[in-house]
Amino acid sequence: MCPNMVETHANLAAGGQPVEMLLNMGPQHPSTHGVFRLVLWIDGEKIVRAEPHIGYLHRGSEKLCEGEQYHQVITLFDRLDYVANFNNEWAYCRAVEKLMGLAVPERAEYARVILGELNRIASHLLYVGTMGLDAGAMTPSMFCFRGRERVQALFEAVSGARMMHNYFRIGGLKEELPENFRQLMSGLLPLLKKDVEESDKILTFNEIFLARLKGVGAIGAPEAVDFGFTGPCLRACGVEYDCRRAQPYSVYDRFEFEVPVGLDGDCWDRHWVRVQEMYQSLRIIEQALAQMPEGPVTSPLGRRLIRPPKGEVYVRAENPRGELGVYLVSDGTDKPYRVKVRPPSFCNLSAIQRLLQNSWIADSVVILGSLDIVLGEVDR
Amino acid sequence: MEIIDILTIIVKLAVLFTILSVVVLGLTWLERKVLGRLQGRLGPTRTGPMGLLQPLADALKLVLKEDIIPTAAEKVLFWIAPVIVVISAFVIWVTIPASQSLVVQNLDLGLFYIIAFSVVGILGLLMAGWGSANKYGALGGLRAAAQLISYEIPLIMVVVAMAMLAQSLDLRVIVEKQSSYPYLLLQPLGLVIFFIAGLAEVGRTPFDIYHAESEVVGGPFVEYSGAHWAVFFLAEYINTFAVAALTALLFLGGWSGPFLPPVVWLLLKTLAVVLVIFWVRGTFPRLRIDQLMAFAWKALVPLSFYVIVITAVYQFYGWPAWSLTLMSLAGLAGVGYLVYQRMTAPARQVKQVQARQRALAQSRRAAAAGGTPPAPQPVATQGPG
Repeated sequence: MCPNMVETHANLAAGGQPVEMLLNMGPQHPSTHGVFRLVLWIDGEKIVRAEPHIGYLHRGSEKLCEGEQYHQVITLFDRLDYVANFNNEWAYCRAVEKLMGLAVPERAEYARVILGELNRIASHLLYVGTMGLDAGAMTPSMFCFRGRERVQALFEAVSGARMMHNYFRIGGLKEELPENFRQLMSGLLPLLKKDVEESDKILTFNEIFLARLKGVGAIGAPEAVDFGFTGPCLRACGVEYDCRRAQPYSVYDRFEFEVPVGLDGDCWDRHWVRVQEMYQSLRIIEQALAQMPEGPVTSPLGRRLIRPPKGEVYVRAENPRGELGVYLVSDGTDKPYRVKVRPPSFCNLSAIQRLLQNSWIADSVVILGSLDIVLGEVDR
Repeated sequence: MEIIDILTIIVKLAVLFTILSVVVLGLTWLERKVLGRLQGRLGPTRTGPMGLLQPLADALKLVLKEDIIPTAAEKVLFWIAPVIVVISAFVIWVTIPASQSLVVQNLDLGLFYIIAFSVVGILGLLMAGWGSANKYGALGGLRAAAQLISYEIPLIMVVVAMAMLAQSLDLRVIVEKQSSYPYLLLQPLGLVIFFIAGLAEVGRTPFDIYHAESEVVGGPFVEYSGAHWAVFFLAEYINTFAVAALTALLFLGGWSGPFLPPVVWLLLKTLAVVLVIFWVRGTFPRLRIDQLMAFAWKALVPLSFYVIVITAVYQFYGWPAWSLTLMSLAGLAGVGYLVYQRMTAPARQVKQVQARQRALAQSRRAAAAGGTPPAPQPVATQGPG
């Protein structure tokens, strides 16, 4: 018997007030999405209080950036949000480009949009799969991983790596896209669309799934803004805010797409927004493929060592998890003076204590899953 | 009792245990294969032809594993729990007939005996949860107790209704009464309730709450390893098979059917039910504990009483058989309508959301046309809850 339970029992037997049991969830719990630790004070199946503990995956990425040359930092950004690598590389490259006032070849911008949106789909597919697992459904994860694997096969063909691509360069891409890129894409897109639809069909409107997610972990728009929510979590609350729309970067102002918003800001709305975003990403990719011009994609800088002028810059990018901000300070040397990352997962996770209060143990798993955190980014 | 009688019983039990073990091995293989097909995978392929030897490999691995007992565990409870679970699962089979003559020991009160022993397993789960000195285990054990006791009631009610129909608690008589038509046609609502409550009783998806992998990490089994865990696994599959067999016996006409030998018929029907159970597992997420309890007490228990009442009315007035079918179907349709209402609610909500979104897009376009940039600002929504 757990000593804690014996105490509780003895206390109750002596006519005392019920005492909460302390339940340690993680860092090795299967549903904490990496090494996240939750300490729950529970009363039966109800959570009275929750305390998140982070930092198990802290690698000091921001500090490491200061010791690397500008090109080398890209690999570190790959490892922040390790399921949306292209989006991270992109944000960093844009920061340096902005600092240097560097123009990117048109074709490279389109390639970045295509790869970034594909990565968004891959990331959301992973989310849908793990959400299914958290809610107890095992089949969606298989469907989703199949789709994600297809995307990653394309990434491998393009960059040579499934996950840590290191493909974007400051001012362009590392090398020309593979010759059969369009062919690969036209093979991938219909299959990917089918995978997205399949994962949507089996889960989103499932009666039990709805019962588990609808009305759970709800948060109002003003409060969500206060917590610094961004991305699908914010849009689920009904706030139509998307970096790609509000402050279009790259070539996003040339595409037609909708920004799906939810109504109640609960777990199901977050899920629904992500599923809808996958369809929108597919739309963007199709348009980008149609518009993509010929031309160079590699950076005019080549492999030269770069020394951006003194100054500081902040860029924001719409990552699958929300708004990734990169704040970069240059002192004119070949290494950044300071790199500060504003990770979307961290800000979204900050509301976990508020969301978990007075929920069920089973809900804690679903709520955490619906925030869709990546610990690599939270801890950095 | 003669020594020879005791020996016969022992031999019979040994044969039964062997058969059940083989069935369990087969079921695990079948489950992996069926789930694989549902999920676009192959399932086991490496061990033997079509992975047929996979269950043997699993069993061997589990038996050879170190059996870890936590230091803080209550050793006696920890040891006895799996034994209780597996014995209560096993003894049910003593009185389940495979055909008119093929049964270890037929009892006149067979159904009563089965129901009585199916409750004992809860005790084992509770002991396992409490004895393993693990909070997840304890939570799982308590969940198991709450869940199984709640679902025992609708299960028993439906079984009583079927016994009323057949005027007997003897499974052989019940099957005999279904020789012209199975009770499925008389009492479809009963079948649905029995199947759902049966799923909950064996803790399979969507009712796998007490050993929920993503919440309580295996619940009562969290500290078990090696052979002990294998015993729980064995019990789970024996129970699954028992629920399927009882469904076949009570509602699908048991072994009655043309051409094929009776045992084959029963096996086919049971396997059909088992496949549905696997299918459900491959499709549904899991309920939450409060929803599970609410479903039992607010939906299944009243419905099972309704089943009893209509069966009693039918029996008392001696109405024609189709009248019971109609009454049962009416109950099913009522429930179906409520479920449909709930299932279409989110679709209605999505329409609402999309209408809102269109309005937003319009206002944005209007703002863009007016020359003022669209400012991203929080739109006031009706606060949650």
